[in-house]
Amino acid sequence: MIRTVLAVSAIAIGITAVAAQSDPIAQRKAIMKEVGAQTKTGGGMAKGEVPYDQGKAQTILSTYVDASAKMPGLFPENSKTGGDTAALPAIWSNKADFDARFAKFGSDAKAAASAVKDADSFKTAFSGITKNCGGCHENYRAKKN
Amino acid sequence: MLRKLILLVVAVAIVGLAVFYIVTIPATVPASALGSHTPDLANGKEMFFAGGCTSCHATPGQDDKTRLGGGLGLKSPFGTFYVPNISPDPSDGIGKWSEADLVTAMTKGTSPDGLHYFPAFPYTSYQRMRTEDVRDLFAYLKTLPAVQGRVRDHDVPFPFNVRRTLGGWKFVFLDGKPFAADASKSAEWNRGAYLVNGPGHCAECHSPRNALGGIIAAQRFAGGPNPEGEGWVPNITQAGLKDYSDKDIEYLLETGNTPEGDSVGGAMTPVIRNTSQLTPQDRRAMSVYIKSLPPVEGPKKPEKK
Repeated sequence: MIRTVLAVSAIAIGITAVAAQSDPIAQRKAIMKEVGAQTKTGGGMAKGEVPYDQGKAQTILSTYVDASAKMPGLFPENSKTGGDTAALPAIWSNKADFDARFAKFGSDAKAAASAVKDADSFKTAFSGITKNCGGCHENYRAKKN
Repeated sequence: MLRKLILLVVAVAIVGLAVFYIVTIPATVPASALGSHTPDLANGKEMFFAGGCTSCHATPGQDDKTRLGGGLGLKSPFGTFYVPNISPDPSDGIGKWSEADLVTAMTKGTSPDGLHYFPAFPYTSYQRMRTEDVRDLFAYLKTLPAVQGRVRDHDVPFPFNVRRTLGGWKFVFLDGKPFAADASKSAEWNRGAYLVNGPGHCAECHSPRNALGGIIAAQRFAGGPNPEGEGWVPNITQAGLKDYSDKDIEYLLETGNTPEGDSVGGAMTPVIRNTSQLTPQDRRAMSVYIKSLPPVEGPKKPEKK
């Protein structure tokens, strides 16, 4: 009996994992959520609300680099709607611009990873990198309802 | 009897038309009302970014935000407005304008040829500006590149296209008062109140409007439906921003980043491009003022589909 339960749950977990992998909307949302969580930490450090931490700074920047590499591939033609997505149709009509913006976001974050040494250099780099967020959210994300 | 009645109706109509005529005369500020003034270009630039001029007047689809050739289409429930060229070009822009023309346009909503502007141009806020600030802005605008090209006419159907009727709208919604400082508050708070309510014209989007397109005063800053169409504009009173410290607001105006780790988007992105150019002191003042707005509930958001 217990064996069956385990087997069934193992299969269920497997299916869920596969579904998540083949569901680009869920994947890009998860990535953006992580980017948001890191940005919250970064904002706290930039505002001086939490003490600067070099390790945390590097995690933030590598999360950005990672996200910028994965995101452009998560907008296939069949993912324009559904899954409560906030992605706007403008993404697909300006895909080259959309991709270029992620590339810039990634290269800005990569450059910062070697330049950031302390609270001040982080603050400057962070506000520059996060300007890229608004650049995409301006035209490619629906206003929250 | 009938004759008397007809006469009465005619008399009332004549008086009504006369009142309408007088009330709707476009107001102007004569050049003689302006004393001598040495323009302060740095202040003019600060006003340019506080006023967000470039967000509407820059020619769409170009990176240089100081080329104010206009042409952007602004959708509204009353039709589509095409933003005019305000570059210093003498024939297509404001190259031939006098200082008094700009003061009149911004504080009275009247064009140099004596027509009412549509309130898509937010003179309901700009009327609070100090004359010297508008004059400095004028001097700064003159330093920007001239851009050729006249912008097409507005696409606004009858009856909204009868400009004279806007005089009636102004009679109701334009009080003509300059900014009044509150002596019980700090200088910083008053500076913030001036920037937010005057040049910043934050309330123009962040407030609900009535059927005539006027801001509902009791719900000022309480957010509402996006005047340009889809989506919702956030409530920026303490009913909406209670979890934001004044420092969070200041940081948002500098970077566009919210304390939740998100970034603002949509029409707020170009606003941040402007507020990020302001002096830290001015951003600080705006934040102190916004943080002080008492909580006001806005219109109910529609249920999520």
